Amino acid sequence: MQDAYVPPFLGSRISKRWQYLLSIQSVCLVSAVCFLFSAYIGAEVVAFVLLLTLSLIAMFFDILPVLLTAVLSALIWDYFFLLPRYNFRVGNTEDEILLSMYFVIALVNAVLTFKIRQIEKIARQKEEKAKTLKLYNTLLNSLSHEFRTPIAAIIGATDNLLEEPSRLSREDSKKLLTEISVASMRLNRHVENLLNMSRLESGFIQPKKDWHDIHEMVSSILHQLEEPLFLRKPEVAISDGFPLVRLDYGLMEQVLYNLLFNAALYTPEGSWIRISAEGFDELLVIIVEDDGPGFPEEEIDRVFEKFYRLKDSRIGGSGLGLSIVKGFVEAHNGTIALTNRPSGGARFLISLPACLPARCNPLPSENLTLQLSVS
Amino acid sequence: MNPTAEILVIDDETSIRKILEITLQSNGYTTLQAATGREGLQMTAVHSPDLILLDLGLPDESGHATLKKMREWFGKPVIILSVLNSEEDIVTALDNGANDYLIKPFRTGELLARIRSALRSAGPEDDGPIIRLNGLEIDLATRTVKKDNELLKLTATQYALLALFGKNAGKVLTHQYLLREIWGSDFVDQLQYLRVFIAQLRKKIEKDVNYPEHIITESGVGYRFLAGSN
Repeated sequence: MQDAYVPPFLGSRISKRWQYLLSIQSVCLVSAVCFLFSAYIGAEVVAFVLLLTLSLIAMFFDILPVLLTAVLSALIWDYFFLLPRYNFRVGNTEDEILLSMYFVIALVNAVLTFKIRQIEKIARQKEEKAKTLKLYNTLLNSLSHEFRTPIAAIIGATDNLLEEPSRLSREDSKKLLTEISVASMRLNRHVENLLNMSRLESGFIQPKKDWHDIHEMVSSILHQLEEPLFLRKPEVAISDGFPLVRLDYGLMEQVLYNLLFNAALYTPEGSWIRISAEGFDELLVIIVEDDGPGFPEEEIDRVFEKFYRLKDSRIGGSGLGLSIVKGFVEAHNGTIALTNRPSGGARFLISLPACLPARCNPLPSENLTLQLSVS
Repeated sequence: MNPTAEILVIDDETSIRKILEITLQSNGYTTLQAATGREGLQMTAVHSPDLILLDLGLPDESGHATLKKMREWFGKPVIILSVLNSEEDIVTALDNGANDYLIKPFRTGELLARIRSALRSAGPEDDGPIIRLNGLEIDLATRTVKKDNELLKLTATQYALLALFGKNAGKVLTHQYLLREIWGSDFVDQLQYLRVFIAQLRKKIEKDVNYPEHIITESGVGYRFLAGSN
């Protein structure tokens, strides 16, 4: 939404002080030029040139600088151009009428332009509001779908299981219990994501860093995801002697969990999913990639946005998972990048500042000779 | 009524499909399943099920669109099962020809009752001129109504409304539909007409107007005429 509002008028972007300065300057400049040519042009022509200047200013600036310009230009015109020159007296009735007309036209011009802009502004605000409302509704619908579907599954299943006398076969009862379990996990995941999102929104995420083993973390996540990863081929490419790294276990676990869960959810059966980690001098790089369908190129920049869902997404989701991934990686001062692999599939590349080599690692010195797989 | 009725479930959520399958089969129905609107339409055309349970949030198109297409040639009951609970969605679905609307999460007993009711009202479509429901007897030929064998005095409009309900027993009728059918399309906004006549009808046919058993209010949407107890 950040780029949705572009103020069409300079007035809203230039500070008041500059608006006054610029309008006075332009009137003085235009008057000076006219004054140079005053031998060739009459006072009436000057009046039109000044009115034109005023109209241009009125298009861009606020009402007060414009009114000031109107008054100022009228005075300048009277003093320097209207005969007799160099005083504010007016020679004859005709010029008196001209001067008062100039005044009125200048003021009307300023006020009308201002009013039109006000109306435009209101129309724009209304449009914005309608847009926000639509976005809010879409969001609410998708969230209510995500929460109500598993609840519907749990209620539907328990209603059947509790029915007396039971008409269910043992096999069916087992199936229903499985559905309850799956639905509860799904609800739990959504609640977890929402809570994490509000943690991120509050801005008080302080990673509690300690030394952890990436390999162990990945194994534990793969174990948790055994069911969704069924019929996919996860592959861990982290060398045995990979050094410990300093990070917040909870946050990074959530990051990898969300990425691997997405990979399990959005790739077809039989897909290959690979998690690899590489250590560089002051950088830890973790890559999660798969050979699934990848992401539509035109949407790749938006997938980390909060509540964003792919346009043709066929599987439910809250649109929070990846925005939490990004938030947690950034809480570690790291970055995450998403690309499509040349041979197909998605690749998430996380880089975290981490102090891997000898000087930071807490292990006794003989362990530090373990190879770092730096490629 | 029709214990071997075949029911098609159109829902993109595997878990919901599984649970509905078990629910329906253990209650003596046979089931068919589809995960998208397209698939649902195809199966409807091929198998001509006795009833369809349709989700609105389908991945390939909105269920509203599926329902519209379906209704061009499919006349049997369609019950909407959706998480969308706004009056707008409910009214749109009913106007597009849905027989009923159940909001997820739903209770299994309620779903089974609605299915029975929809199948029943679909059954005697070729009804004789007499509709008998809950001790009410509506004779469409002589335009008379009896309650517990006693003749009721109804005005022409009251009768027309009750006959319309009787012909659509079990089905939710939207305010707009009722107003258009009874008063004409110029009156679809005149909700107060409907309120007045519903109140009058209830006084004549309900035992206790505070706890109506025949004309049930579907708040914000319309009314449902209950098609008998079980």
